[in-house]
Amino acid sequence: MHPAFSVVFFTTATGAGYGLLALLGVLGAAGLVSPDFWLGFVGMGLALGLISAGLLSSTGHLGRPERAWRAFSQWRSSWLSREGVASVATFIPAGLFGIGWVILGRLDSWVAAAGVLAAIGAIVTVCMTGMIYASLKPIAHWHSPYTLPGYLIFSAMSGSVLLNAVLQGFALGSNIFLAFSVPLVLLGWIWKLATWRYNDRLETATTANTATGLAGGTVRTLEWPHTEENYLLKEMGFRIARKHSAKLRRITQALAFALPILLLVAAFAFPWPLAAVLSALAAVAQFAGMLVERWLFFAEAKHTVTLYYGR
Amino acid sequence: MTCLPTHTDKKLGLVIDLDTCVGCQACVTACKEWNTGGHMAPLTDIDPYGGHVDGVWFNRVHSYEHITEMGGRTVNFPRSCLHCEMPACVTVCPTGASYKRASDGIVLVDEDKCIGCKLCSWACPYGAREFDTDVGVMKKCTLCVDRIYNDNLAEQDRVPACVAACPTSARHFGDLGDPASAISLLVTERGGVDLMPEMGYHPTNKYLPPRAHTQRAASVPAKALEPVRAEGGFLGWVDRMLSN
Repeated sequence: MHPAFSVVFFTTATGAGYGLLALLGVLGAAGLVSPDFWLGFVGMGLALGLISAGLLSSTGHLGRPERAWRAFSQWRSSWLSREGVASVATFIPAGLFGIGWVILGRLDSWVAAAGVLAAIGAIVTVCMTGMIYASLKPIAHWHSPYTLPGYLIFSAMSGSVLLNAVLQGFALGSNIFLAFSVPLVLLGWIWKLATWRYNDRLETATTANTATGLAGGTVRTLEWPHTEENYLLKEMGFRIARKHSAKLRRITQALAFALPILLLVAAFAFPWPLAAVLSALAAVAQFAGMLVERWLFFAEAKHTVTLYYGR
Repeated sequence: MTCLPTHTDKKLGLVIDLDTCVGCQACVTACKEWNTGGHMAPLTDIDPYGGHVDGVWFNRVHSYEHITEMGGRTVNFPRSCLHCEMPACVTVCPTGASYKRASDGIVLVDEDKCIGCKLCSWACPYGAREFDTDVGVMKKCTLCVDRIYNDNLAEQDRVPACVAACPTSARHFGDLGDPASAISLLVTERGGVDLMPEMGYHPTNKYLPPRAHTQRAASVPAKALEPVRAEGGFLGWVDRMLSN
């Protein structure tokens, strides 16, 4: 599948943003963070900023973005529509939570309730995003049991690393938050390795034989219907060289998982402000690594239409 | 509304005979010609006379070599929308632009509602939908809705343009929901198949596999030519004179 940057950035940024929003909502409601103005301003600003930037970026993928409002109508059947509805609905409790925290300086009663609702909205929205991909049968690499949990795990992981960076930035970091982030990054790493392993061994029932209805033997492409690449080949026939794929997987592992773990563990050992710098670096490296991961998520996915072209 | 109808009164569709298709591309050009002025017009071409020709087509004919223990053969394979009974291209549509008609089962796109998110083309295993980068919306085969119900055409012309154009009658149009229709009987008789049945989309269009190989063709080469021997007589004299 063609890795359009608008969609790669959209899923990565909203994943991290919703992860951070959910954690802020829960921690705020549980009274584990203080209703400090700057903490709320930066934390909620970062979460809602990532979400908004991601959603805006996604409209860049549209042929007619001025009609994007129509996408809220078909929530009964479409995961994409459900995602749109969930993302906009989540802005309501998230906005109230942000107002309560930043402007009113409180995290009790209705502000706490808004925080919990925002967290629920964030989780639901990430599930909707995951289901858009997991529901597509023609793309076996996505239509797998790994896709939806992957989106949730990566969202929680990048959200927790961002939260740790924000807390450390205000010298509010604690070993508890660090101890929460490191296993999540490790879980993300294991999940990604398991997903790649599953995809590399994938054998589907769909072949050039079933695609053409010609039973038995082999079906070899003699001639394409056209000499130049068409929409189908540009959009669904994107191919990535095997050597680049291996290299990019190593880059993903280094930036998104290995380096953040090293930096977070180092943050345990060093005092503030060095711990804050290390935590911020971990978040930046992971975001870059997750962009590569998401690029590969698209680039390595194979669509059944390629069978018609002998690819 | 992108929820699917629970029942369609008819199941209009095509039956394509892979035995008789000669890959002449007549259906492809007839489709383009009709539809670039039809329901989903235009079928935009990008750089049509340049080095990177691209454009929207509803029907594309591939050529394959099918090799079995009986030998190899060329199979020409027209590929277009199959107007599935379970079209995920419709249910994934977030705007309601894609829909399946309850009356005849035809899958259509309302171009005025399409936001061009391309998700429907990802959801179609058959590559039936093509994005028009110029207009910014998705386009697809309409089964020539503007022909098959068109009172301005003579009755025998009320078939999809691809069917009307086929010189070998490899394309058939009719109601596949009616087991007594000529097209349904053809499918039964020839053992018509679904493409990618494992996907669960239940395509309406059926493909008739090539007929089995037969032994009727000459199995030995023609008798070898006899060696030329020198002729006598007048013709032999002419032959010798001309050979000099």
